[in-house]
Amino acid sequence: MSAPLLELREITVSFDGFLALRDLNLSLQPGELRAVIGPNGAGKTTFLDVITGKTAPTEGDVLFQGRSLVGRAEHRIARLGIGRKFQSPRVFEKLSVQENLALAVSRPKQPWPLLFGRLGGQERERVHHLMGIVNLQSRADWEAGALSHGQKQWLEIAMLVGQDPDLLLVDEPVAGLTDEETDLTADLLKSLAGDHTVLVIEHDMEFIRRLESPVTVLHQGHVLCEGTMDQVQADPRVIEVYLGTSEEEQS
Amino acid sequence: MFQRFQQSRWPQLLVWVLIIAAIVAAPAVLPVFRLNLLGRFLSLAIVALGIDLIWGFTGLLSLGQGIFFALGGYAAAMYLQLNSSSGFPNGIPEFFGLYGVKQLPAFWQPFHSPLFTLVAIWLIPAVLAAVLGNLVFRNRIKGVYFSILTQAALLVFFNFFNGQQKLINGTNGLKTDVTQLFGQMVGSPEMQRGFFWFTALMVIAAWVFVRWVVRGRFGDVLIAIRDDEPRLRFAGFNPTLFKTIVFAIAGGLAGIGGALYTVQSGIVSPQYMTVPFSIEMVIWVAVGGRGTLVGAILGAVAINYAKSLVSEAMPQSWLFIQGGLFILVVTALPEGVIGWWRSDGPRNLLTRLGITRRIGTYPQLELDGQEEVQP
Ligand SMILES: Nc1ncnc2c1ncn2[C@@H]1O[C@H](COP(=O)(O)OP(=O)(O)OP(=O)(O)O)[C@@H](O)[C@H]1O
Ligand SMILES: [Mg+2]
Repeated sequence: MSAPLLELREITVSFDGFLALRDLNLSLQPGELRAVIGPNGAGKTTFLDVITGKTAPTEGDVLFQGRSLVGRAEHRIARLGIGRKFQSPRVFEKLSVQENLALAVSRPKQPWPLLFGRLGGQERERVHHLMGIVNLQSRADWEAGALSHGQKQWLEIAMLVGQDPDLLLVDEPVAGLTDEETDLTADLLKSLAGDHTVLVIEHDMEFIRRLESPVTVLHQGHVLCEGTMDQVQADPRVIEVYLGTSEEEQS
Repeated sequence: MFQRFQQSRWPQLLVWVLIIAAIVAAPAVLPVFRLNLLGRFLSLAIVALGIDLIWGFTGLLSLGQGIFFALGGYAAAMYLQLNSSSGFPNGIPEFFGLYGVKQLPAFWQPFHSPLFTLVAIWLIPAVLAAVLGNLVFRNRIKGVYFSILTQAALLVFFNFFNGQQKLINGTNGLKTDVTQLFGQMVGSPEMQRGFFWFTALMVIAAWVFVRWVVRGRFGDVLIAIRDDEPRLRFAGFNPTLFKTIVFAIAGGLAGIGGALYTVQSGIVSPQYMTVPFSIEMVIWVAVGGRGTLVGAILGAVAINYAKSLVSEAMPQSWLFIQGGLFILVVTALPEGVIGWWRSDGPRNLLTRLGITRRIGTYPQLELDGQEEVQP
């Protein structure tokens, strides 16, 4: 086994004594596609916050390509090659679809090149390509704020892909999407794996199944178990904490 | 019809033609006193452009722009005083004599040079803004805390300048109208006419410059900072740098505006750093329209012109009118006058007054041909 791309070691996050994450260990191999599930409040989003520098872990260390991420500013972590899509879509609402994507693909992200340079031909092509992938060409000049919820989800996914990170952290990408869009999103994420490492958080079990990836179950800030979707669903502990309730909700 | 008129480019062109026509015609039709007032208000428009850049586009509400405005004014006044002080005791500006100062303070020395002064007018405020701004931004102080800090800084500068008689004549400030420039009195009608023209050109230059800054991806980043700064960090941008840069630009513009204002009003004093004046600057932009550069210019000129007219007629009433104007804008026109115009405001008003008919369909409805209507 090669060296992991990302490694979380004994991560604990305490919010005023409440342990959102407890001794969390997790590692991702380069090129891997991994799904993370868990009931509401299990700490899934918090765990992305720790990787991306939004929340500092109370204890433990996060290693990316062998380097510790703890204590680094968010934009530096992003520049190391870690991109993130937020749980509720966060796009820049007053910018057009095109402008949102142009910011994502721009490199470098320093003030002076952005002030003096224009968007290069290659970058412009990438923006068009991305709009094609998420089916937003006809909305290129729309303010992102005018898009539907699902379109915003896709725009943010396109922005994440446009950033071209080595590691994509995707928090609930298909909430609010139609079944067809959900399937397309699953295919898109699967096609990215290999060249990229992708970690997906979702509640939608059909979607997770379609990813055909190893699944990690998080519960009360701790890894409950790992395995294929079938193994996980058969695990009595998982049924108890998660699937038991979620099946009722979903029916 | 009206909508077409409003959406096409030529109303904007028309505004510009009117502005430029007014500027060109002003020296011919206005008495020197009024022309001089207009020149001063145009200097304030330069300050307003900077405020629009940091507030309208980047979301940084500074209540301390008076600091940078005054610093530009002091830089210009120090040069002019030195340039005209050969006849006074010790060859230094006259006011030093009042306090028994015989030797020019060291920081005055470089202001003998006109070139240094021309650079100092914008560079000193810009560097100060960059340093202060960076300290605040790197600590992620935002929103109302930023506004309070800028106001606190303003008070510090105001009190400091007020107390320094021996350095810069304290409360009395530095006079410029009886100083010499190019062998002429700065306060003479010919010089004032020249300053008017120069200020008008500088407003246009400042507009072109700020427009260049906010167009393109740099401007998009500013808007992104305003709307969701944390999100931008995760995309790999460092907002601190961008904010520092635009705050410095706004400081530099305020310095230029302050220098031009000083030479046209004949004096710079700590009064330029009072709290109400810096708040007024923000009101000009709010009324004209945040995020619309023309709005900042028109707001600064129109409000100040109204202020001078009202104050001549009814000296006590201006504060009420200004307060009312601000409340009106906050409640009814949150985008300011120009923003209201651009966002269909006039047509909505006409509709409400029953002058034009309400449009029955949803104007943005668009069929993309994918959904077939089933009979
Ligand atoms: N900043 C914070 N301060 C205090 N508590 C927090 C904070 N952020 C998260 N929490 C708590 O930590 C726990 C884990 O939250 P988190 O958002 O990570 O859950 P999640 O697994 O993403 O849930 P969901 O599926 O609903 O998105 C929750 O109980 C939440 O209330
Ligand atoms: Mg979550």
